[in-house]
Amino acid sequence: MSLRVDDLTVYYRSLRGDVKAVDGATFAIRDGEIMGLAGESGCGKSSLGKSLIRMDARMKHMRGRVELDGEELPIADDAKMNAFRFRKVSIVPQYSMSALTPTRKVGTVARELLESRGEGFGEVQPELVRRLELVGLSADVLDRYPIELSGGMKQRTVMVLSTLLDPSLLIADEITSALDVSSQRAVGELLVEFRDRGFVKSMIVITHDLAILYQIADTILVMYAGKLAEKAPAETIVGAPRHPYTQLLISSLPEVGVRFEETRLAGIPGKPPSLLSPPTGCRFRDRCPLAFAKCEEEPPFVEVEPGHEVACWKAAA
Amino acid sequence: MLEGGRLMLSLDGVSKVYKVGTFGGKRLRAVHGVSFDVAPGEVVSLIGESGSGKSTIGRMVLGLSRVTEGTITFDGQDVSRLEKRRLRAYYGDVQGVFQDPFSSYNPIFKADRVLTLVKGFFPGVGRREWDDKVEAALHAVRLDPGACLGKYPHQLSGGQLQRLLVARALLLDIKLLVADEIISMLDASTRIDVLNLLGDLKARGLGVLFITHDLSLGNYISDRTVILRRGEIVEAGATTKVFGNPLHPYTRMLVSSVPQLHTKWDSAAPKAAVAALPESDAAARLVEVEPDHLVAAAGIEERA
Repeated sequence: MSLRVDDLTVYYRSLRGDVKAVDGATFAIRDGEIMGLAGESGCGKSSLGKSLIRMDARMKHMRGRVELDGEELPIADDAKMNAFRFRKVSIVPQYSMSALTPTRKVGTVARELLESRGEGFGEVQPELVRRLELVGLSADVLDRYPIELSGGMKQRTVMVLSTLLDPSLLIADEITSALDVSSQRAVGELLVEFRDRGFVKSMIVITHDLAILYQIADTILVMYAGKLAEKAPAETIVGAPRHPYTQLLISSLPEVGVRFEETRLAGIPGKPPSLLSPPTGCRFRDRCPLAFAKCEEEPPFVEVEPGHEVACWKAAA
Repeated sequence: MLEGGRLMLSLDGVSKVYKVGTFGGKRLRAVHGVSFDVAPGEVVSLIGESGSGKSTIGRMVLGLSRVTEGTITFDGQDVSRLEKRRLRAYYGDVQGVFQDPFSSYNPIFKADRVLTLVKGFFPGVGRREWDDKVEAALHAVRLDPGACLGKYPHQLSGGQLQRLLVARALLLDIKLLVADEIISMLDASTRIDVLNLLGDLKARGLGVLFITHDLSLGNYISDRTVILRRGEIVEAGATTKVFGNPLHPYTRMLVSSVPQLHTKWDSAAPKAAVAALPESDAAARLVEVEPDHLVAAAGIEERA
């Protein structure tokens, strides 16, 4: 196992109390696995991704541990995590279009990044150039300012820089959301290629777009209101989901070929609960068509068949 | 023109040229010779990637941006160069809803202020009658008046805010709605509701210009589709024909890039064919390849 997350619980401190963004997340990622992390906005998917690399000042690690390649990640200790960041765990952030310092040439950004981690720029440079060429950029990108690059070029540059030291885990947070369909495809395929070439061992791809995940991910983890709802191979999540939330979510997505006149799709009525004081028991209860008395108790996240875990009383029964 | 049951909105050879550069010395042609129509009760989707000029077209239809060349007619009247008073009357027929519902509201006022402001258009309507109208409009967009009246924008979800904006447009009893990426900020579980709403309004005779970059959304809801590339139409026609039998290499590339739920991307992306296309074809002619299916000539020759 590359990554093992056990009962990870991360809250946001706010004046009105704790926002329970990630509550008791337990899952594992195999070597070479690309795991998609999906859910609606505010379900805690980005918070889960962030807590594995850097928690911001508002985030509080409540309990739970994270193990990467058999070694515990000190996620609560910002200073100790420095030894792991970029080398072992790396991120392509949501804002990667603006992640490059505008007043520095791309090459300078790369040099400073490497030197801050005690790596010599000179030794890594040939590999950097090779990888830039691999993603279709020429070496003179290093001599340019970020403003001289297009959005797609910046995205690819950041992807190359983030993975330069061959991290064990890469977190890609909504990196396809702001792109056109043709660039989405290019970036998605690049992620798979990075894994195949061994630039990164395993990957968490965070997005709200299940269709993209179906194209690139091996497994998909669906979150709802701070809790894990279902994890299974991508084929299973799309083809035979067990959690009612996943089922409704999949059936609400229009596909090319589905038309309003012929098939009227339906959304999920209601909205997710506030994470300031989430209801006890199953958090999807209020919107769930299958809810029954037992849902007052919290369903455990259990394996229903090999490689398929679900947090639902009905699915587990 | 209207009697024929066709054409409500009609664009004829519309172009938009922006002045760019430090002193406005350069010209950027954002939209180039675009012609298409929207009939009452018809949803036409305008699909293109960023920079294709799709939003610029929407803004020109709404009179928010000047038309450089060509004309836009609505119910037979040229609306591309309206002055203030006539523009106001035009807005009684045509309204827009935009991408970000959160920034469409002033956060310090209650959300239903957008409805109250519309009352200025109806000086003769009494309070009672107005309340009934509001209720009917909210009902049409399937909002519960109790759940959204008197609330501040931050208390409502994106889907509710977006539906409230559509309700505002309906209060005006409009004939055409310009919907610019109204779905993209919404979550998957609520976006389909807003899309279905457009479908229901269409049945009531509303024409919709649905601007999107998402092909599956466009395909789901629209009767006719216009595909834009770099400000020019490359393919247009009945949605079933454009998506069922895409002929232009650019359309094919778009269709093949859409991530789908039950089929994987095929390995050979027809990107090369697109790269081979000219930057811009000044003399782009649209050729009718079958009834209600137009394709830019450059694309066809490419295939032959």
